[in-house]
Amino acid sequence: MSIAQITIDGKSITVPAGIPILEAARKLHVDIPTLCFLNLEHLKVNNQLATCRICVVEVEGRRNLAPACATPVVDKMVIRTNTIRVLNARKTVMELLLSDHPKDCLVCQKSGECELQDLCNKFGLRESPYDGGAMSTYRKDFSESIIRDMDKCVMCRRCETMCNHVQTCNVLSGVNRGFTAVVAPAFEMNLADSTCTNCGQCTAVCPVGALVEKDHTWSVIEALADPDKVVVVQTAPAVRAALGEDLGLPAGTLVTGRMVSALRELGFDHVFDTDFAADLTIMEEGSELLDRLTRFLAGDQDVKLPIMTSCCPAWVKFFEHQFPDLLDVPSTAKSPQQMFGAIAKTYFAEKLGIPREKMVVVSIMPCLAKKYEAARPEFSVDGNRDVDIVLSTRELGRLIKRSNIDFCSLPDSDFDRPMGESTGAAVIFGTTGGVLEAAVRTAYELATNKELPKLEFRELRGMEGVRVATIQVGDLALKVGIAHELGNARKLLEMVREQKEQFHAIEIMSCPGGCIGGGGQPYHHGDETVLEKRTAAIYREDANKPLRKSHENPYVLELYEKFLGKPLGEKSHKLLHTHYFKRENM
Amino acid sequence: METAKQYRIVTRNCGFIDPENIEAYIGIRGYEALADAVTNKTPVDIVNEIKKSGLRGRGGGGFPTGLKWEIAAKNEADQKYVVCNADEGDPGAFMDRAVLEGDPHSVVEAMAICGYAIGATIGTVYIRAEYPLAIKRLQKAINDARDLGVLGKGIFGSGFDFDIELKYGAGAFVCGEETALIHSMEGERGEPTSKPPFPAQAGYWGKPTAINNVETFANIAPILLKGGDWFAGIGTEKSKGTKVFALAGKVKNVGLIEVPMGTTLEEIIFEIGGGILGGKKFKAVQTGGPSGGALTFKDLDTPIDYDNLIAKGSMMGSGGMIVMDEDDCMVAVAKFFLDFTMDETCGKCTPCRIGSKRLYEILERITSGQGTKADLKRLTSLSATIKDTALCGLGQTMPNPILSTMRVFEEEYAAHIDHRTCPAGVCSALLQYLIVPEKCVGCTACARVCPVNCISGKVKEVHTIDQNTCIKCGACFEKCKFDAIIKK
Repeated sequence: MSIAQITIDGKSITVPAGIPILEAARKLHVDIPTLCFLNLEHLKVNNQLATCRICVVEVEGRRNLAPACATPVVDKMVIRTNTIRVLNARKTVMELLLSDHPKDCLVCQKSGECELQDLCNKFGLRESPYDGGAMSTYRKDFSESIIRDMDKCVMCRRCETMCNHVQTCNVLSGVNRGFTAVVAPAFEMNLADSTCTNCGQCTAVCPVGALVEKDHTWSVIEALADPDKVVVVQTAPAVRAALGEDLGLPAGTLVTGRMVSALRELGFDHVFDTDFAADLTIMEEGSELLDRLTRFLAGDQDVKLPIMTSCCPAWVKFFEHQFPDLLDVPSTAKSPQQMFGAIAKTYFAEKLGIPREKMVVVSIMPCLAKKYEAARPEFSVDGNRDVDIVLSTRELGRLIKRSNIDFCSLPDSDFDRPMGESTGAAVIFGTTGGVLEAAVRTAYELATNKELPKLEFRELRGMEGVRVATIQVGDLALKVGIAHELGNARKLLEMVREQKEQFHAIEIMSCPGGCIGGGGQPYHHGDETVLEKRTAAIYREDANKPLRKSHENPYVLELYEKFLGKPLGEKSHKLLHTHYFKRENM
Repeated sequence: METAKQYRIVTRNCGFIDPENIEAYIGIRGYEALADAVTNKTPVDIVNEIKKSGLRGRGGGGFPTGLKWEIAAKNEADQKYVVCNADEGDPGAFMDRAVLEGDPHSVVEAMAICGYAIGATIGTVYIRAEYPLAIKRLQKAINDARDLGVLGKGIFGSGFDFDIELKYGAGAFVCGEETALIHSMEGERGEPTSKPPFPAQAGYWGKPTAINNVETFANIAPILLKGGDWFAGIGTEKSKGTKVFALAGKVKNVGLIEVPMGTTLEEIIFEIGGGILGGKKFKAVQTGGPSGGALTFKDLDTPIDYDNLIAKGSMMGSGGMIVMDEDDCMVAVAKFFLDFTMDETCGKCTPCRIGSKRLYEILERITSGQGTKADLKRLTSLSATIKDTALCGLGQTMPNPILSTMRVFEEEYAAHIDHRTCPAGVCSALLQYLIVPEKCVGCTACARVCPVNCISGKVKEVHTIDQNTCIKCGACFEKCKFDAIIKK
């Protein structure tokens, strides 16, 4: 690779030729402001469209200013990032953006997390001379999970990059010309009517308040205040590895114990763990895998392989739209959230001696698609939903702050029993590769009746978008595939459809890095290391658990013994399994 | 019209041969340049000949064509493309349409030559769907060329394969910008992307692509037949050959003209154009369409070429030339062009999307008598920032009509702001229609035509206009046979 010796603000540096000026400047600790730019390198999430023009710099010999994010360096380039010409241009561009942006920061959901607000502060802008002109306004739109308020859109197009290039859902793209250009679904249809999977990655990257989650915190406050309701809460594995970020703790801090204390302080009657249901999922899905494998090896031609995980609701909606011909391939097991809801409102409600209507099940999820999943009609009985309210990690952070709880000083406490007990296998559901690793830990022992020689399957871990591995389970070389981000899932699924490779099991998670990078997690603001730290925290939690295999969870075994019977049995089938629907790909 | 001042290279065959008959084209040495190229010359020979000719891109930018081909030729790739930009969009301009309708084979031949020079086997013409006749004739030309074997496999018995397909543009002005055009061809939203990489490095489907305008291509065969030196002998030091202009506006002879580079505006407007209509006074001429600027009587003796026009704050553009007379308000003209670009910006980058709207709002204030001195300052500074920060050529040149008119017609802007008047009598909000009592004969014609009944007066008595009700439509002014109504 050729190198370039360049000068930025009088400081010289030698860098590989062709890297963007922005990257070179960061090596010199010159912090050029950006707005539309986003680059999560390892996850191949890249938005370098140079639309906002905030990062413009002066390049000697060039007629106009150059966007630092998209201009490659060449040898002997002389760059200035803070001349009056540059500062004036940036200020004017900011003033233009502000002149077409609602000034409702006081009541904006994104306030405090808004990158435009940060830039405003950085530039010391107090007013825009272009205020008072026309504003581009659009119809508000919301689905079960997401609110679109395009009046606030700054056309950075990050959502479009996420939706089209990373997730390949192609729901959001630029429409219209000129002043009314905006990002919208085709024909400006409702998000809820589109092929949107509700993954929420658009909200995870939106720099402003144009795309945000539908906030359900008030519904929780009302339920908690209702003396006639028993309010049960479950928390997904990835939440404990990220919640602290919104409450003043560094990324990667595990806050399991403090989170449980906070939920108790909030007034939940029973603080349970989705991990319990994750162990249950492994029992069902693992048994389904073994069942399909046994029949396949016995020569049954009708058996569908590979089995695909079905715990990610965005992924489920994705294949219902995009691969309706493969609906019989994924596992019929419900997601842990829905298994939890179904068991809570039957087994646990019976145990408490209350009707299901008296119970409110709240889940805390790193995910926005879970809001949609809980609202799917098949997950309710006579209009009473198995999971009543879903909060994202961000919303829980807000709820804790609003309730005057000093999170950092809370003591650790344990989940309630029975549905708070879980194993390390369930915890790793929160990261890419985790569900398969958990399944293998159980399937191995169930299939061979031998104890696993080693618990950790490093070959299944990592951030590569598509990973393929072979794991020896007794006599069988189990071929597995793992993908995170839906674009990678599509690649894997096309391999399956074209029968290019014979997989036995496939794990899909929609979000970058799995649930730790979910659409409902605290904002990473483009810092990829945040996701890596969350993953490390998840594996740490697994390593510290006394039990690390789902089939060793005593309360899950008790549930089978006292209530469900056996995995894939009649009652399990009724409560823990579901079916999929063909949806239009438009 | 043919006058001594005109010199036809690009339009050499338009109107002289049957554009739908390939033999007619062959009869005037058509496809001879291609045959000679693929059988007797190397690709490097072709590139060198074009470089020697000094031909520069006729789409507006003026990038040296030979150099562009050389870059595309040197970039190794398994597939390369030739693209013809026929997305002509400047208001009032139709040079490309004339060539495609009158001499489609000249473009087909040149594209094949370009393919040979850079190592491409596929050519694509991106053409406006609003040009049905051009599409029909071009498609016929391609089919006929294919039938005769001058397109297809092993052209003229050489090992060179080349074929051409058409892609239709949906009429977005920004798609004339080469990167936006490429995205549109790929089925993406027609929006520009940052350069580098240039299309010659990574263009259509990410492959090296030579993208040239119709008029540029129409020059290729004559250059190869007569030699680069011949072409370089026409024009000025840095701008060679001829340029086709679409002469429009307040000039007696409107239409397409082709003149050698270096011809003066005076020659074009007063000799070829025959002067200003109705004996009015020449005021300005806009070159470069909405991306260019206004030139005045001071510039009439300027030899037109790429560099002189840029030095004068305008640009060559694709060849629109709109002549204005004393009745044109230059603030309104700037507003007109901005209205066009504001409508046509893709909305991708901030300065162009929002800046164009804000510029327009300021001009609207000025033309409606609400402008302030601060507005003038803001116009200048915002224009400068947009030029400096916009992503593509459309945005970077959008303020040109404003900046050039502000510079040359400063007093006209001042009149709108300081005196709330429009000297040319165009900006209706600043106008008053008045009846001159001495001239009014009381015929009642004006009162009868007034749509809001604001003119009163008895028959054979002097009439008056109620200024509060008048909507300044000008109907009375048009109707009065006695010049008794004036506007000021």
